[in-house]
Amino acid sequence: MNARPLLQAEHLRKEYKLPRGQTLRALDDVSLTVMQGETLGLVGESGCGKSTLGRCLLRLTDLSSGDIVFEGRNISALSERALRPIRRRMQMVFQDSYASLNPRRRIGDLIAEPLRVHPDNEGRKRSAADITARLDELMSLVGLPQSALARYPHEFSGGQRQRINIARALALSPQMVVADEPVSALDVSIQAQIVNLFTDLRERLGLTYVFIAHDLAVVRQISTRVAVMYLGAIVEIGDSDTVLHNPAHPYTAALISAVPEPVIRHDPQRSLLRGDVPSPVSPPSGCRFHTRCPQAQSRCSAETPELRDFGDARQAACHFPLGLSA
Amino acid sequence: MAAALLRRLGQTLFVLFGISVLVFLVFFATPGADPTARIAGKNASPETMAKVRHEYGFDRPLPVQYATMMKKLFITRDLASYVDRGELVVPEIIEAAPVTLSLATGGAVIWVLASVTMGTLAAAFRGTWIDRGLMIAGLIGISIPVFWLGQVANLITQARYHDTWLFSWVPGLGYVPFTESPIGWFKVLIIPWIVLAVLFIGIYGRVLRADLVAVSGEDFMRTARAKGLSPARVLLRHGLRTSMITFVSLFGLDFAQLIGGGALLTEVVFGLQGVGRLTYQALSNLDLPLIMASVMYSAVFVVLANAVVDVIYVFLDPRVRDGR
Repeated sequence: MNARPLLQAEHLRKEYKLPRGQTLRALDDVSLTVMQGETLGLVGESGCGKSTLGRCLLRLTDLSSGDIVFEGRNISALSERALRPIRRRMQMVFQDSYASLNPRRRIGDLIAEPLRVHPDNEGRKRSAADITARLDELMSLVGLPQSALARYPHEFSGGQRQRINIARALALSPQMVVADEPVSALDVSIQAQIVNLFTDLRERLGLTYVFIAHDLAVVRQISTRVAVMYLGAIVEIGDSDTVLHNPAHPYTAALISAVPEPVIRHDPQRSLLRGDVPSPVSPPSGCRFHTRCPQAQSRCSAETPELRDFGDARQAACHFPLGLSA
Repeated sequence: MAAALLRRLGQTLFVLFGISVLVFLVFFATPGADPTARIAGKNASPETMAKVRHEYGFDRPLPVQYATMMKKLFITRDLASYVDRGELVVPEIIEAAPVTLSLATGGAVIWVLASVTMGTLAAAFRGTWIDRGLMIAGLIGISIPVFWLGQVANLITQARYHDTWLFSWVPGLGYVPFTESPIGWFKVLIIPWIVLAVLFIGIYGRVLRADLVAVSGEDFMRTARAKGLSPARVLLRHGLRTSMITFVSLFGLDFAQLIGGGALLTEVVFGLQGVGRLTYQALSNLDLPLIMASVMYSAVFVVLANAVVDVIYVFLDPRVRDGR
């Protein structure tokens, strides 16, 4: 794997204005780098900002501030028009496979549309024959029959529809695909198929993924690196083996121990979190996790921890990281 | 698909039958009213009364009366108005129908084109002064009574400014058949068309804008944007088609009721001898056969138009096609 950065995000902030002068910080100073060819898993509870981050990376949602450099070009301030050619290079697969397909259009139409509006690599308009050939190719790539092209979204099952969404995202041969919980709405058996499809496509097409999920098992299966988010910020990021087997941040540890296991055993180290996620409208002072952290000390509520490097290709934002000296 | 269409046709016929029975009962079987006297007219001689009673079978049971009426309406088409000295009713309607059809069709073309443009523009520029301006204009259009607007149009184009270069082409009130002179037909109808369309442009433009705004929040609109489509293409190819359902339903109902005589005020103001005006005359003279005939005529159009709308749904929304 060559270690060239494909996308660099610096100090991303996204704020939503609420009534009565309040602001909700969906993203609070998030920085991350996505390397060419890697799969970055993005995990966290509902409402931690992982979907917002995914959409902001592709500029589908406008940022409040921050910079995004994609393939060496700062795209954070580009107009919608200037972004259009860049959309070919970065695509998204959404969680709700049905709602994200226009119910009134045929599958073939929906997948062909990006091919019709974007010129090919030589800058020419694609011919009808080229488009048909590409559609057939895409269908076999995602494992659907050619006959699917003439049908409508409601005629497919959830797993098939997600295959259609993947085909649509891949139509223009993008470099990077952001997948926003692409399997969480699917049956467990179908989940495995779709995750395998993602892995398979990555090998064959050399894709780079940002894979958003709340299911650690899925993330462990597909990701090469993992970023853990809590209340709009990244609390830990690093190689997935390191982060998921040897977490430094207490929140990561709590997430891992919350995964249900098939064997019942007594584990004195198991850390279950109490209470709810605090409101992102008024996040706690200092370390935003201190209200629920089993290790919290007085320093945690006073001082905000920065993401620090721990040498093993992993960074965590904690004053008292687990299993490591501070 | 063919089976569904046939089923729809069967329903249509059944509804028409129901309407005809209802209308018949209201006019001919209301207790205390003597239909013979109504048909024969005021101060009719006893011989006329006897003739009418025998001709319409009013001395026989109700089902026979109904059958006689339907036969006179649809088969022999010799239903005559005694009030109007024996004028045959069905030819009268057939003569008036093209006038109404021309008026309603032309008006509909104008209002569909104008309201789609207006609604789409307003949705595309949502929240700006273009949006607000269009919506206020729509509201004004809805609020102006058609008879007033028609009279003002007449005042300007027929009287006050008729001799200026702007309106000297406007012909006098009345109707010119298309077969006689297409240009004359167009000239005489263009102002009534616009006057008739104003109200509908307002309603349809506002409805379409609301639907477009609602659909713009859908996930598939975001997908379309993620594909890298231009905002105009997202709005027109993905938004507009999805938003046309309410529009088409409304259109079916409004157009049918205009064809069925609902453009009465416009017809009266512009001196067009259409179905609406005919119905109006029938009501003011209590001309029972003519009322019966014109009500049946408009019922046919309303029901048929609804059937057509259902067929259009199938093309607009594939889920309707096999969504059972």
